[in-house]
Amino acid sequence: MPNVCFYFQVHQPYRMKRYSVFNIGNTSDYFDEHKNKEVMQKVAKKCYLPTNKAILDLIHTYKKSGRQFKVSYSITGVALEQFEKYAPEVLESFKKLADTGCVEFLSETYYHSLSYLYSKEEFKAQIELHRKKIKELFGQEPVVFRNTELIFNNELAHFVESLGFKAVLAEGADHILDWRSPNYVYKAKTTKNLKLLLKNYKLSDDIAFRFGQKSWKEYPLTAEKYATWLNQHAEHSVNLFMDYETFGEHQWEDTGIFNFLRHLPHELFKNPHTHFVWPSELALNEPVAELDIHNFVSWADIERDLSAWIGNNMQNSALTELYALEKMVKELNNKVLLEDWRKLTTSDHFYYMCTKYFNDGDVHKYFNPYDTPYESYINFMNILNDLILRMKKHIQEKSIVIELKDKYHVQHRITDRPAKMLNEVIR
Amino acid sequence: MNKLKVLMFGWEFPPFMSGGLGTACYGLTKGLTNKNVDVTFVIPHGPEDMKAEFVKLLIASNLSRYNLKIKRIDSLLKPYLTETQYSTNYEQYIETLKTKSENSKVLYGRNIYDEVYRLSMAAKAIAMTEEFDVIHCHDWMAFPAGIEAKKATGKPLIVQVHATEFDRTGGNSVNQYVYDIERQGMLQADRVIAVSYFTKQKIMQHYGISGDKIVVVHNAVDFTDEPNFNVKKNEKVVLYLGRLTLQKGPDYFIEAAKKVLDYDPEVKFIVVGNGDMEARLVDRVAQLGIGSKVLFAGWASGPDVDRMYKLADLYVMPSVSEPFGITPLEALRNNVPVIISKQSGVSEVLKNALKVDFWDVDELANKILTVLNYRGLHHELLHHGAIEVRTFSWNVPAQKCIDIYNLVLHEHAHGEKAP
Repeated sequence: MPNVCFYFQVHQPYRMKRYSVFNIGNTSDYFDEHKNKEVMQKVAKKCYLPTNKAILDLIHTYKKSGRQFKVSYSITGVALEQFEKYAPEVLESFKKLADTGCVEFLSETYYHSLSYLYSKEEFKAQIELHRKKIKELFGQEPVVFRNTELIFNNELAHFVESLGFKAVLAEGADHILDWRSPNYVYKAKTTKNLKLLLKNYKLSDDIAFRFGQKSWKEYPLTAEKYATWLNQHAEHSVNLFMDYETFGEHQWEDTGIFNFLRHLPHELFKNPHTHFVWPSELALNEPVAELDIHNFVSWADIERDLSAWIGNNMQNSALTELYALEKMVKELNNKVLLEDWRKLTTSDHFYYMCTKYFNDGDVHKYFNPYDTPYESYINFMNILNDLILRMKKHIQEKSIVIELKDKYHVQHRITDRPAKMLNEVIR
Repeated sequence: MNKLKVLMFGWEFPPFMSGGLGTACYGLTKGLTNKNVDVTFVIPHGPEDMKAEFVKLLIASNLSRYNLKIKRIDSLLKPYLTETQYSTNYEQYIETLKTKSENSKVLYGRNIYDEVYRLSMAAKAIAMTEEFDVIHCHDWMAFPAGIEAKKATGKPLIVQVHATEFDRTGGNSVNQYVYDIERQGMLQADRVIAVSYFTKQKIMQHYGISGDKIVVVHNAVDFTDEPNFNVKKNEKVVLYLGRLTLQKGPDYFIEAAKKVLDYDPEVKFIVVGNGDMEARLVDRVAQLGIGSKVLFAGWASGPDVDRMYKLADLYVMPSVSEPFGITPLEALRNNVPVIISKQSGVSEVLKNALKVDFWDVDELANKILTVLNYRGLHHELLHHGAIEVRTFSWNVPAQKCIDIYNLVLHEHAHGEKAP
């Protein structure tokens, strides 16, 4: 009984403006509206609209035949906001997909953040924000969770179970599976009932990374050939997890990716036992084994760990300082400040600071709006310094601590320990 | 295979040097001799009492280790000389001559052009007596010498361009005579070496030389004489090191210093070097009221340069037009992170540096302030920069030169025409 589970990640960060030291205190306009609009509209045209249409057509085609074509998505809150602002037609097309009843939406952090690693409270809050947004737009309550970049370990599973989720997605990395197959449902050692659904990275990456590679020995990959690979499997399901932007953006239209997508269900259905399933359906299976995953795994880079976002001094300093502000920014009870702070939690900002592959001229570059990791850190820290300044002004205006007034007139100088500075002022 | 023998013409070479050209020639020559190539290096060499300001110790004794022969031609020519400066020197020389004896013969050319011509004639004489396979000359003053040597011996000629007249003048008031010499050298040469794609582009654009004929060989940095100083300090120090002349953009450094100091007064700016803009810069600093924060240290070389680097928290190279720019590599070798102008050859190859347009003073100040205040940034820039700079060995450009020598020798032997 070969089952196929398609899960697509949809995300667009709020890219920042170039923000210099001399902007601090003068403008709190951090995000590059022009650029974000441009990127969103480009990707909408190349990927979201044509792929949504192809999937909608497939759903309609097979509904009549009595077999269902099903997919699942998680769409970040920041991507949804940008659809609303810059590409409402994309949002409409997702709503149409939702209306078919053949699409499942998964839960994740609204801001595509690393909050689990820094603040459980914020992590929970962002999941709740995302839940509300999905409910409002698509009328669904997600029951399966996927963390940013599939970051996962035992403790996360435990925490996510306590939030009421039925299953969680993770990377089917070799070092956690060893000899086991990713195509079964597992459970983490720390959980009672939460199911663990693992990405089959070989078959996923055949589409996401290798599809258009002429040097690949399987090139060109036809739907027919790929279907025979999938149809060989008789386990719980083959989990094909990938960025939605694979279609038309990472793999351009001229690679034949859309034709591949349009023909794949037809080829798969040649096997009368093949079905498409949702993650929530897979969660009904009994796990075949317990996995003990202490170290974090993710779906990023060849390391499949956290080193794309955390590790060098710039990333560590930016993350630590950002989360050190959490308590204060929440106490201030100012919606605008909190939202700006949250937009800074998006993991992409820290990915841009990665020096890991910078010297080899790397994959990170394609997604990186900065020339160097250094520039992205400069920008981020300058913006963080301005945010602190605004927080200080806000404290002053609200006269939370009146005797501090004089201290605010001290000229603001940039610092890589803004949170500490703020605490000193308040004490 | 027979040992390759190269006859090189340059303007300066340690210990008689004042700038990057000498450093580059020294490094390249060392790289070549490491690779078992014989080099005879010919430089102009002034009378004792005139050259004092240039004499800086740079391990002259080390030179004997290499299969390197230095030949000096008596001349008033010095690197980076302008027409007027030469005339002043010439007049001084005539004066000193008068004080010596009535019958002293006037040795040097009346003006810089005569002198360059005279130098080329002397070069011809050397070429006739020396044994070599290839002629390799560095920058325009040496080009006529190379051309004469080629004419006299029929050996292939390689000219290497470290800077064009367009770099030196910033494109304003290009000296036609110098331009003609540069162009002649490039035309007569079998190959032209450019120190960067930036320079290759200029050669193609301004001199009409075919791109096929130009090979890019990036410079490197020397690691064998690694310095080891420890200088104490309490203020953050930003360093400028280079000639104080239009091409190097010291005025942008001063303007950025003002912006930085307005924001954060606990920074010192040290300007090392001298040149035609010195008075103007000192004046500007006074006008901006940052005299106590911007220090002019004068010219330094050898160990003094290293001491300056050790003092610095950050090195800035704001050049308006820099064909290569070795100093950022030296700074990194001394564990100082760098900000470099995008208008430089070195920015083509050095990844772990912050890069700015030379005219973007605000952005330069932004980057200076952030490097000095964000420790994570300073640390990562330095960490990766220091690793990267160790990949810049002079053996690499030396090998590229050897490949070019072999190529032109092959063409020469088979009667093939250079592109």
